[in-house]
Amino acid sequence: MEMPAPDMAVMARRSEIIAALRAIIPGEGVISDPASLRPWESDGLTAYAQVPLVVALPENTAQVAAVLRWCNANGVKVVPRGSGTSLSGGALPLADGVLLGLSRLNQVLDIDYADRVAVVQPGVTNLAITQAVEERGFYYAPDPSSQIACSIGGNVAENSGGVHCLKYGLTTNNVLGVELVLIDGEIVRLGGRQLDPQGLDLLGIVIGSEGLLGVVTEVTVRILPRPETARAVLLGFPSVESAGQCVAEVIGAGIIPAGMEMMDRPAIHAAEAFVNVGYPLDVEALLIVELDGPSAECDYLIDEVAKIAAANGAVTSRVSTNEAERLSFWAGRKAAFPAVGRISPDYFCMDGTIPRRRLPDVLQRMEQLSLAYGLKVANVFHAGDGNLHPLILYDANKPGELAQAEAFGADILRLCVEVGGVLTGEHGVGVEKRDLMPAMFSETDLAHQERVKSAFDPGLLLNPGKVFPLLHRCAEMGRVHVHHGKLPFPELPRF
Amino acid sequence: MLRPSSISELAEAIGTARASGQRLELRGGGSKAGIGQQRETTILSMQGFAGVIDYDPPELVLTAGAATPLAEIEALLAAQGQMLAFDPYDHGRLFGSAEAATLGGVIAAGVSGSRRLSAGAVRDHFLGFRAVSGRGEAFIGGAKVVKNVTGYDLPKLMANSWGRLAALTEVTLKVLPRPRASATIVLPGLSDEAAILAMAQAMGSQAEVAAAAHVPAALCNPALTALRLEGFAPSVQARTQMLLALFKPQGPDVLLEADSAALWDGIRHAAPLAGEGTLWRINVPPTAGAQVTQPLAAMGAYWLYDWAGGLIWLQLPPGADGLAVRAAASAAGGHAVLVRGDGGGLPILHPESPGVAALSARVKAAFDPDGILDPHRFG
Ligand SMILES: Cc1cc2nc3c(=O)[nH]c(=O)nc-3n(C[C@H](O)[C@H](O)[C@H](O)COP(=O)(O)OP(=O)(O)OC[C@H]3O[C@@H](n4cnc5c(N)ncnc54)[C@H](O)[C@@H]3O)c2cc1C
Repeated sequence: MEMPAPDMAVMARRSEIIAALRAIIPGEGVISDPASLRPWESDGLTAYAQVPLVVALPENTAQVAAVLRWCNANGVKVVPRGSGTSLSGGALPLADGVLLGLSRLNQVLDIDYADRVAVVQPGVTNLAITQAVEERGFYYAPDPSSQIACSIGGNVAENSGGVHCLKYGLTTNNVLGVELVLIDGEIVRLGGRQLDPQGLDLLGIVIGSEGLLGVVTEVTVRILPRPETARAVLLGFPSVESAGQCVAEVIGAGIIPAGMEMMDRPAIHAAEAFVNVGYPLDVEALLIVELDGPSAECDYLIDEVAKIAAANGAVTSRVSTNEAERLSFWAGRKAAFPAVGRISPDYFCMDGTIPRRRLPDVLQRMEQLSLAYGLKVANVFHAGDGNLHPLILYDANKPGELAQAEAFGADILRLCVEVGGVLTGEHGVGVEKRDLMPAMFSETDLAHQERVKSAFDPGLLLNPGKVFPLLHRCAEMGRVHVHHGKLPFPELPRF
Repeated sequence: MLRPSSISELAEAIGTARASGQRLELRGGGSKAGIGQQRETTILSMQGFAGVIDYDPPELVLTAGAATPLAEIEALLAAQGQMLAFDPYDHGRLFGSAEAATLGGVIAAGVSGSRRLSAGAVRDHFLGFRAVSGRGEAFIGGAKVVKNVTGYDLPKLMANSWGRLAALTEVTLKVLPRPRASATIVLPGLSDEAAILAMAQAMGSQAEVAAAAHVPAALCNPALTALRLEGFAPSVQARTQMLLALFKPQGPDVLLEADSAALWDGIRHAAPLAGEGTLWRINVPPTAGAQVTQPLAAMGAYWLYDWAGGLIWLQLPPGADGLAVRAAASAAGGHAVLVRGDGGGLPILHPESPGVAALSARVKAAFDPDGILDPHRFG
């Protein structure tokens, strides 16, 4: 992976740039000494590191606007950063760019229960929104497993999902408005507290734009009343096909569960060995289906799901009888990544989506690839929406294995596209899958997207080198690199 | 009228128009032709792009030509126990003409009905497309799977763009299971303020209300506040009891299934507001609803609320000053679209703030640099 060559002329003006930023942000908000810059060199994709030119931590929208205005006028690149948990290198710094951290904009500004919205600054963490409204029985629905750390500004930029997005939608379906600072320092409001956009849906294009269109300085989210109950059922199947068929029939029966997750045999074994929650070890696929709503609804639907599972040959079927048991069903799934990290020195995490009907086919092809490359793969999926997270196991200390694993990963993503799916379902393109974009989009398609970028940021100063292929060259990329089980953010559950 | 029947013919038609500086108005079924200013334009009919292309019910995804009639899609989905959850409606009804809406038109005009409150709008169910932009180039956006963050979310930009960026030829939508049961709880005789309060209370409860509307006494005596519940029978029953208990003081009642279908159909099409004058669709934060309508009462306005108060359908008598509507909507932080009738030269769409308007113009120019797809319909 290459980043655009740094602009030496800008690097040479480093002290002038620092002075200008200090004039805008008083106090400790500008970090420039080499030792203090180190911790900012990577986001959640630690395979890539680059110490930024300087870090700026503004305290308010006015300072954000002033920094952007100055950078724009002086031709200096800017990389926005929330909590730095991106798994695609979206917040990877630039040697010749300002890393603009939004973490100090961390206030909940307003909560309106009657209109069911919360207005927050971008540095507020995803979980903190729920915590701010839970005393009144409300929550913010999208729940990436990084939710104790990731910021709502980062969620907006990545259009993040979570296990509950099958029923409750991604970030884009739960955000009503943002305040956005454009690269020239202009502050615009897109959307608001009402439901529909006024003219062109610019809010819709900003969400998921990976920090390339503007800096989000305020977010208005929808909050929902917490469902009365939630219950889960744990289902074991003798084959991945039968588990896949069960998923299709649950949905075919008109049931949209709150969450529906699948693990294959290697993932089940790794998880059970790690957390010991009683997963069946003699099955090829495990499904966790969660239902929520009034208890009458949960009881009814759990029965329906169990019947469908039985008809599809489920050999294990356990219904959670209390909250502790429900959480224990999830514990293994949530620990799947670190569990795999224990059985293999290294692994890559992929994030493609496929049409669900192609699942057995894709798994079979993945197994063939696995044999051909001589590398094992463990699979966890958001089964309800076809979002796959294959984990490729390898050992970076064995000569050539890293390159093999990379090639394997790229083959998997190409396979996803080939069967009608996409490169990324929730982690974003970032730098990681940037060079695979031509597998999905033609030059004309990409040009239409890039002109949107230019409409917002004509000088291409915001987060350059992300999302769009630099030279449209084919790269063997597209995974999260994990070395010796040392994941970034080890304290977070993994999806 | 131009009638391309392939992507290459469409690209050529737009390319030719571009070269000659001729403006084009995209048309699906023409159900919304009555919206917008009087205009002389060349119509580019999209009728050549009709028909279902792929539909696999358990996948929850449907792909069809943009000019496929909405009615055809709804019938196809219903036969499989599914639906377009954003509850689209046909503007033909609003203009007293035949039903003619197409899927592409519904998307381009951002048409969502009562269930939008709980299930999201067109934009939330629009996954991917093929199109020819105002540059005369064929391109795609989004994809055919329900979960995708690869590249910019161009479908969001196309929804509600009124055909001013590109001509959609093929669209992919997320579909959802049709609820197996439903019930409508009605509260009679509430004032606007009390109704909006009650709807907020219902939305904040665990009853998972699918739709909430209020028809004031001026249109229906006594006034009617309606709360719709949908889902599996045991769940709908439990939640019905929940709402009956919550609203005991208001004397709630449960509507019969048949009456309930007619009621929601009428609300979705603003049926009580048919007739003379101008018809406005006003979008505001839900609890601001009553504050928007109050100053307009003296002008002879009639209205009803959907989306728990967040959507107001409002009718003004002929000749009444539409600027007052815009002012009231703006004051509440929302916006108002003139759907039917002569606004005395007012722009159809609510004017944006200068910064947003400039940004929108740049985005529009990115897809349609010569303004070919802007037939002076919106001023
Ligand atoms: C352990 C772990 C588990 C995860 N699980 C999930 C999951 O379940 N689902 C999921 O979808 N993702 C998941 N992620 C990925 C990640 O947490 C999300 O992408 C998250 O939204 C990133 O938020 P952040 O604040 O850390 O953003 P950062 O990593 O700091 O930045 C991400 C991108 O957003 C941009 N950005 C950040 N803030 C702003 C702003 N205010 N304005 C404009 N642009 C901005 C950056 O430039 C960058 O492109 C996981 C990550 C980890 C480490």
